[in-house]
Amino acid sequence: MVGGIVVSAFALLGDLLKPKTFAGLFGAAPSVALATIVLTVMKQGKEYVSVEARSMLLGSLAFFLYASVVSRLLMRRKLSLLPVTSLAIGLWLVCALGLWYAVQRVAG
Amino acid sequence: MVGLRPRSLVRRAEGSRVKIKLDTSGLGQSRWYEFLLRFAFGGVVTALAGLIAKRFGPEIGGLFLAFPAIFPATATLIEKHEKQKKERAGKSGMERGRTAAGVDAAGAAIGSIGLAAFALVVWLRLPASRTSVALIGATLAWFVTSVSVWEFRETLWRRARIRRLHALNRPPHDGVHHNAVHHGRSANRRSHE
Repeated sequence: MVGGIVVSAFALLGDLLKPKTFAGLFGAAPSVALATIVLTVMKQGKEYVSVEARSMLLGSLAFFLYASVVSRLLMRRKLSLLPVTSLAIGLWLVCALGLWYAVQRVAG
Repeated sequence: MVGLRPRSLVRRAEGSRVKIKLDTSGLGQSRWYEFLLRFAFGGVVTALAGLIAKRFGPEIGGLFLAFPAIFPATATLIEKHEKQKKERAGKSGMERGRTAAGVDAAGAAIGSIGLAAFALVVWLRLPASRTSVALIGATLAWFVTSVSVWEFRETLWRRARIRRLHALNRPPHDGVHHNAVHHGRSANRRSHE
């Protein structure tokens, strides 16, 4: 319920703003994070959420790659939207888990 | 990396600043089930992020706080609305719809840099601060970072446009203006929505 409200609120803001590149910023709003963090702090405490946020940093780098690739494919290659946006989720997953694994290896 | 080439979507005078506007006309295009879809997606993704953290621990669960699950649905709606707008004018809206979604994705790429700033503030500030203060600070960090990077990119884009315009307006060696100068200007005119 909380997640739905926060995500809808940010999406609505994105609908209202122009130009499109600026509205697009709200496509990467921390809506899911805000809802999840509030609930998790109440259940698990702040230290637990702090660890989650450290991993979220890697997730957001994967998001950057995801959105950049989707944008490029849609505008340069003229590919269909739904297959591109859906299949690129796999790229996000590989990139996020790969970064997490690399950080684990480096941190020892 | 960020493919910011709004092309036909950018209709603005060469070298002029882009103004951020609040436009409520787009709301009329959205149907009630589209709001419901986003609400449901948001709820499902939030629950999923919590479940993954429970099953695999906070380190893996945290990755999913930046999961772009809502993005395909939002991009589909943007494409649909742009397509409908163009088709109402009697033209094919396929290309425009796809480009609009591409421009939105480019904006999301910039927003994801702000998302990293959000995560950094929560990671470093939350353990020592009140939850509300840390979250407000983190949300502000997301907004300020995203807008600053967007503004920086706009400035670079504007300067590149001005340079291109100056190059086109430079008279050829024989001192006679070529027609291509004027063609070049109109070809470079872009529209912003």
